[in-house]
Amino acid sequence: MTTLPDRTERKLGLVIDLDTCVGCHACVVSCKGWNTQNYGAPLSDQDPYGADPSGTFLNRVHSYEVQPEAGAAQLVHFPKSCLHCDNAPCVTVCPTGASYKRREDGIVLVNEDACIGCGLCAWACPYGAREMDMAAKVMKKCTLCVDRIYNDNLPEVDRVPACVRTCPSNARHFGDLSDPDSDVSQLVAARGGMDLMPEQGTAPVNKYLPPRPKDRLDQTGDIDVLAPFLAPVTDQPKGFLGWLDKALDRL
Amino acid sequence: MHPAPSIIAFTTLSGLGFGLMVWLGIGMPGSTGIVAFVFFAIAYALAGGGLIASAFHLGHPERGLLAFTQWRSSWLSREAICAVATLAVMAAYAIGRVFLATDWVPLGWLGAALALGTVFTTSMIYAQMKTVPRWRSPLTPALFLCLSLGGGALLAGQVSWALILLPLAGILQLAWWWQGDRAFAASGTTMASATGLGGIGSVRAFEPPHTGPNYLLREMVHVVGRKHAVKLRAIAFVFGYVLPVALLLLPFAHVFGLLAVISHVAGILASRWLFFAEAEHVVGLYYGKR
Ligand code: SF4
Ligand code: SF4
Ligand code: SF4
Repeated sequence: MTTLPDRTERKLGLVIDLDTCVGCHACVVSCKGWNTQNYGAPLSDQDPYGADPSGTFLNRVHSYEVQPEAGAAQLVHFPKSCLHCDNAPCVTVCPTGASYKRREDGIVLVNEDACIGCGLCAWACPYGAREMDMAAKVMKKCTLCVDRIYNDNLPEVDRVPACVRTCPSNARHFGDLSDPDSDVSQLVAARGGMDLMPEQGTAPVNKYLPPRPKDRLDQTGDIDVLAPFLAPVTDQPKGFLGWLDKALDRL
Repeated sequence: MHPAPSIIAFTTLSGLGFGLMVWLGIGMPGSTGIVAFVFFAIAYALAGGGLIASAFHLGHPERGLLAFTQWRSSWLSREAICAVATLAVMAAYAIGRVFLATDWVPLGWLGAALALGTVFTTSMIYAQMKTVPRWRSPLTPALFLCLSLGGGALLAGQVSWALILLPLAGILQLAWWWQGDRAFAASGTTMASATGLGGIGSVRAFEPPHTGPNYLLREMVHVVGRKHAVKLRAIAFVFGYVLPVALLLLPFAHVFGLLAVISHVAGILASRWLFFAEAEHVVGLYYGKR
């Protein structure tokens, strides 16, 4: 049924740290790898070695430049995958029941055998988290690596989403956001975790941790107490360069 | 949004076809026999042709029957049910009018109501989209319904009704354009709210996540066609509304009626093209585009 559950027992999701993400795209690659080799239709590429390559990805990293009122601009890398919204508009629009939100853990999934590829759910998602696979002609989206997190065949350390496991700067955290004592909930509370596009009313489960304030070296007058001693002694060239300078001036 | 020819053809033609069915269902005109056959055939060609065109848009049309199951939440599912119910009820009604020269009035009215319901559910697929502020307005169903009834009256030869409904649809069209041009700003969704970084300063897209195109950009961030929007609006308005009304006001001749229909369809196709090409999806903000 594409009606949403009135509540979910847990809210599994990601907390993404915009302060520590270095924009390496490792999560993009590991997500593509895991989700091509495991559950569901593989994430295809079109014209991958040609002039106009494109392909299906469930996770993408944008980069933004943020210019404060005064001082230097700041670069923020911004990973974006499905936010597993509580009030998911992508689910209710689906005519076939292929899209659904699970009552037990809140994960939003697509049953690829029922999807007619109408694309309406991708229109309804404000975050661009759904992409139609051009080869399989079905809708693909982040599964929260549902085939890893409950997978007893994997070592326990690997029972987290591929993107979380791979991130070299620990910018992606996985956990239950309905439990106020979970690590992710405490991280959100400590760092002021936020919703994207709150005005769209989607009530996303995933939270984003804003970048911490940066040092403002460009705004401090004295860079170093030793700076006065490092001031240039003379601006005039000496020796051979000095002679050359004078000789050229005379010409 | 990407102006897919299949969806433009579908919404325009089936809107007209279902509009014609409304008039046929309430017995205006109440012709029987071969004349009724021609009217019903035109209505079915338009409505059914539109539906077939829309099926081309699907990745897996062979699973189409599943689209009838989610009417509790999905406007697309409701549309599918209404459309098929209309075609079935009107077919039974048409048998009475064409072959038996009888008018099963309640059946006709039921078919007319279902036909209107189909147009309404189609319009709600767009009007429900919070992600496309230009579409999310009560004016969207109002415009679709009025256009369908006006165009249907034109096809059904209900000149006096067409002379009321087409100017009304023209006014709704202008109002829809006017509110649509302000809708994105009024929605409150900006790059600042999309990234949550607005508190630090002004946000600019520095580098996109991918160097090539992708599904999102192709489907949702269609900016190329917009530069001719003003010219196309003028064309849509003159051909879709002004010219048909002017032709209907001339002393009656079949050729003028035919010209009015052709001009109307051409104008509405242009308007529908703009309906998609000018619609800005909020996901464009993540790419620093509109
Ligand atoms: S992020 Fe998009 S695809 Fe994911 S649940 Fe929310 S609306 Fe649906
Ligand atoms: S593309 Fe598939 S999952 Fe999305 S709305 Fe259509 S049928 Fe449902
Ligand atoms: S949770 Fe899994 S599917 Fe989702 S973005 Fe991470 S790696 Fe991709």
